[in-house]
Amino acid sequence: MSEQYHVSSSPQIRAKDSTSRIMLYVIIALLPTTFFGIYNFGVRALVLILATIASCVASEWIFDKIVHKDNTIGDLSAVVTGLLLALNLPSTLPIWEAVLGGVFAIVIVKCLFGGLGQNFMNPALGARCFLLIAFAADMTSFIKGTSYDGISEATPLALIRGADGALTDVNVMDMLVGKTPGTIGETSTIAILIGAIILILLGVINLRIPASYIITFAIFMFVFGPSRFDFNYVVAQMCGGGLMLGAFFMATDYVTSPITPRGQMIFGICCGLLTGLFRCFGANAEGVSFAIILSNILVPLIEKKTVPRAFGLVKEKKAKEEK
Amino acid sequence: MNKYIERLYNGIIKENPTFVLMLGMCPTLAVTSSAINGLGMGLSTTVVLVCSNLLISLFRKIIPNGVRMPAYIVIVASLVTVVQFLMQAYLPSLSKSLGVYIPLIVVNCIILGRAESYASKNKPLESIFDGIGMGLGFTVGLTLIGLIREILGAGTAFDIQIFGEWFTPITIFIMAPGAFLVLAFLVAGMNIVRKKMEEKGTPLAAPAGCLAGNCANCGQAAHCASKAAENKEE
Repeated sequence: MSEQYHVSSSPQIRAKDSTSRIMLYVIIALLPTTFFGIYNFGVRALVLILATIASCVASEWIFDKIVHKDNTIGDLSAVVTGLLLALNLPSTLPIWEAVLGGVFAIVIVKCLFGGLGQNFMNPALGARCFLLIAFAADMTSFIKGTSYDGISEATPLALIRGADGALTDVNVMDMLVGKTPGTIGETSTIAILIGAIILILLGVINLRIPASYIITFAIFMFVFGPSRFDFNYVVAQMCGGGLMLGAFFMATDYVTSPITPRGQMIFGICCGLLTGLFRCFGANAEGVSFAIILSNILVPLIEKKTVPRAFGLVKEKKAKEEK
Repeated sequence: MNKYIERLYNGIIKENPTFVLMLGMCPTLAVTSSAINGLGMGLSTTVVLVCSNLLISLFRKIIPNGVRMPAYIVIVASLVTVVQFLMQAYLPSLSKSLGVYIPLIVVNCIILGRAESYASKNKPLESIFDGIGMGLGFTVGLTLIGLIREILGAGTAFDIQIFGEWFTPITIFIMAPGAFLVLAFLVAGMNIVRKKMEEKGTPLAAPAGCLAGNCANCGQAAHCASKAAENKEE
């Protein structure tokens, strides 16, 4: 009889979630985008993806060895970083530059700050920005996936940024499917949305950050964009560049986004406003990665201001008024 | 003679202003985009530092304690003006690339720091050697940072091409972020050396002065504001 009653302290019920499981879900959700990228840009994209993943995993392993830490490559976060980084690179980037980006992401952005959970900005985006500044020419020459002659073309974002009426140059249908020039993972909005739905259904992310990000950005572009109050323009801006990839896969990174629900909304709004500002008034056509890493830096402040009220506690001011 | 050599060793290795004391960070980060800029900045600071240490040491008994800061600034500013005119006349291109950072040597904390903590209470000859040591330490620091940044960021060393056509410069290293990255890694390297020496049993002395939070070794403790406040509290 006594065998039926186990007495133990809490927690009695454990969730199956672990870091490696969540990372595995993210990898699964990224697969549609990855496969489309490889299909679209060819073997070169596959080589680049494998190179960054290998470089990220290897640098984490070597770093752990050097500083005598427990090996952490088993949590798969380095694989996710490598994959996300590759999806943010143009398929024509020289391999050694991509490998250097992987080393930067893991060693400088993540491990030097204490490893997973301590990094203050998204490692993949940190590395992308590093590469963008370091190899500006290589990072901004894009080829169209379906053309095999390797002639670099302007991305849709660069096109609609130009003179008025250039909107006719871009085909929003192509941008949805992903037949436009761009980085390996950003071109196909549909593939990214499939991944996003997988993540939401698996409960890995919720809609607070992506929705507030995209809605803020859309409103900003609608009101302040160069062709004002043009619905087509806003849709093109939303499907173009890294917005979708950034909103669903980068901004929602657990480590570098706020944990409070209100904070997540504010974080999304920050990302949206900054992206809008960069795209409208900045020097480049693209601004998602800089917007997200700048918002990453704001996270501690946002969290400090949005700590939820503990049950039963009354704010001091109110308490005084009631007296 | 020994104490003069000790001063040089102190400035270049033990209390290296760039890697140990972390003084003069503004020029360290701003002008080290190439080795030649770092060397130029380091040497001009050295010249000013040696002369200002000498003058302040000579005048140390005449300068009233209450106005010592303005007095030091006047001395340093005159010397900087001389250096600036000399550079404009004989090294116009270097003068142009260092720009506003030459006049800013006036408020370089290494120079004022050495004036406060060493020259104002030591004999002229020792102060000169202190200036040479600190100046060379600063020069070594800046040149090293500049050299690494130039090699990685432009593929050249002292304007000489050292890599072939295959090398793609990592331009971020000659921009502002590169300065922070290179400085951080060099300071980390210095700390590793320090740790290794301690393990071997021949430790480098801990940096003295306010930066180490250690007032016992600081010559300035007598008229130091924070120390005075501490004493009051006691």
